[in-house]
Amino acid sequence: MKILVCITHVPDTTSRINFIDNNTKFDTAGVQFIIGPYDDYALARAIELKESSGATVTVLHVGPADSEPTIRKALAIGADDAIRVNTEPTDSFFVASQIAEHAKGFDLVLMGRESIDFNGGVVHAMVGELLGIPSVSPVMKLDIEGSKAKMAREIEGGKEYVEANLPLVAGCQEPIAEWKIPNMRGIMSARTKPLKVVESKAADGQARTTKFELPPPKKPVQMISADNVAELVSKLKGEAKVL
Amino acid sequence: MKTLVFIEHADGKVKKTSLEAVAYAKALGGDVVALALGSIDGGALGETGKYGATRILHAADKKLDHPVIQVYTSVIQQAMQQEGADNLVLANTSLGTPVASKVAIRTGASFASNVMELPNTSSGFLVKRSIYTGKAFAWVEMKSAKKVIAIKKNAAELKEAGAAVSPTPFSPALDDKDFNTKVLSEEKASTAISLPEANIVVSGGRGLKGPEHWGILEELATTLGAATGCSKPVSDMGWRPHHEHVGQTGVKVAPQLYIAIGISGAIQHLAGVNSSKCIVVINKDADAPFFKAADYGIVGDAFDVVPKLTSALKAAK
Ligand SMILES: Cc1cc2nc3c(=O)[nH]c(=O)nc-3n(C[C@H](O)[C@H](O)[C@H](O)COP(=O)(O)OP(=O)(O)OC[C@H]3O[C@@H](n4cnc5c(N)ncnc54)[C@H](O)[C@@H]3O)c2cc1C
Ligand SMILES: Nc1ncnc2c1ncn2[C@@H]1O[C@H](COP(=O)(O)O)[C@@H](O)[C@H]1O
Repeated sequence: MKILVCITHVPDTTSRINFIDNNTKFDTAGVQFIIGPYDDYALARAIELKESSGATVTVLHVGPADSEPTIRKALAIGADDAIRVNTEPTDSFFVASQIAEHAKGFDLVLMGRESIDFNGGVVHAMVGELLGIPSVSPVMKLDIEGSKAKMAREIEGGKEYVEANLPLVAGCQEPIAEWKIPNMRGIMSARTKPLKVVESKAADGQARTTKFELPPPKKPVQMISADNVAELVSKLKGEAKVL
Repeated sequence: MKTLVFIEHADGKVKKTSLEAVAYAKALGGDVVALALGSIDGGALGETGKYGATRILHAADKKLDHPVIQVYTSVIQQAMQQEGADNLVLANTSLGTPVASKVAIRTGASFASNVMELPNTSSGFLVKRSIYTGKAFAWVEMKSAKKVIAIKKNAAELKEAGAAVSPTPFSPALDDKDFNTKVLSEEKASTAISLPEANIVVSGGRGLKGPEHWGILEELATTLGAATGCSKPVSDMGWRPHHEHVGQTGVKVAPQLYIAIGISGAIQHLAGVNSSKCIVVINKDADAPFFKAADYGIVGDAFDVVPKLTSALKAAK
């Protein structure tokens, strides 16, 4: 079985977000980059399937060269090889078009349910559409049985068990697998694993980001004594008007 | 101009965010046609008319009761075609958003998800999206004439503007090939108040020390008519079900009031609550980071403060 895992290269979840150039560019100063947390779940499940059934795992990232340490980390965690599509992503459709170009021939395409920078929540569905194969998200459990995948999908207030034929695309989230940390041997071998850089194919994104904005600063907190909870109730009613 | 709105429903009722989608579509101008799939009472569906739908299509085929992305995409596309709709607006959900993205590809429309407010149309068509899990926003230009927009909760104000409309049956062609995922079974707590839709959320963290202590939190939630949530470690340890976990890697909530009890306020938790209108934090540690993100804070032991708060709320009713 051949598995493709699509990973994002995103600011660490504790990062402060800032923009430069008159709010048109993300400020990378002092920011640590990581594999997207949901993509990390997808990768962890792929490695488990590799260990249990001898699948091969390829990671794919669409983005410029500064993402290579993140891609190497995925190789250190256990992926066999990697592809980087060398381009600056513009919108979800553009990214999905690049992924679809390379995803043919894989039995399983695993992604995160959502990227934590763009928060589109759609690249998996778009790739499914472009390839004409099923897409399922958010997937919290995934097992392969012959030519089928059995999955649990999170729905509001619970879960739904679904089944689909391979090949398919799944947008993953916890608890599909435990995040994996690379070990020393993994880190050493990752240096020599193949990382193929390919150029992007033309695809016209229909949407374009023109400007970024930060939320307004928050008002300072009002502290209320634990002996006077009635005051909280009256403030929630009268001042905040939320009760 | 004509806009189709895809209506989601649960437990026999139209979801509030779908009504907001109708209000959003109405505010765009032009005609609004609503479309619902699967079993729902015609009267309940007709309420959609009050928020601006002048026509409601209902594809009531039982085969549509369990959503299959491919099938829903095809049905929505057929409805858009039949009605001659230019745009599609729907609620940003784990079902609606993927479906919308596929419709956008098929119709060559511009697509934006996570949209927070009505567009700015002073030059072009610009929408404000939430990015970096609510830590920032992006203004996105939608270039095509056709547009597909997935809106977040509170993107449009709900005002009753019209009268209920009785739904028109809609019988799309259903292709067996599109049923490419099969629902085997479902586990659902149908009585619970929906967390992403709730107006008030009461959440507990590791500070509550164990699942056996959730009673005080549930009593507070019941008193407020609130949904219950939790922090990630709480669901990781199995104290609470996974779908209650709020934050960066969990549910993103946008209530009027979020009450956090025994939660430290790690940045990943805050990412799921930063769209709340008002945040109350109860924590015994005065230095807990959550206080910095709160509107009101109480330093105290949850086991003491929470029951007192519940009584005060009951007394104030
Ligand atoms: C990539 C990534 C993603 C993550 N995603 C999420 C996410 O989506 N959601 C999430 O919640 N976390 C997430 N986390 C975890 C997050 O970093 C924190 O570890 C977690 O939020 C802490 O949970 P907590 O506040 O319940 O526990 P703790 O940090 O242990 O805090 C417990 C709090 O309870 C207080 N307390 C103790 N006893 C009492 C008492 N009797 N009365 C009142 N207060 C009391 C303590 O003072 C303390 O502040 C993520 C982490 C990573 C690395
Ligand atoms: N630039 C990218 N390169 C590779 N995979 C991506 C990229 N952007 C998004 N993805 C994948 O698509 C998923 C959903 O992303 P999104 O639709 O942006 O929320 C992510 O979790 C990744 O698995």
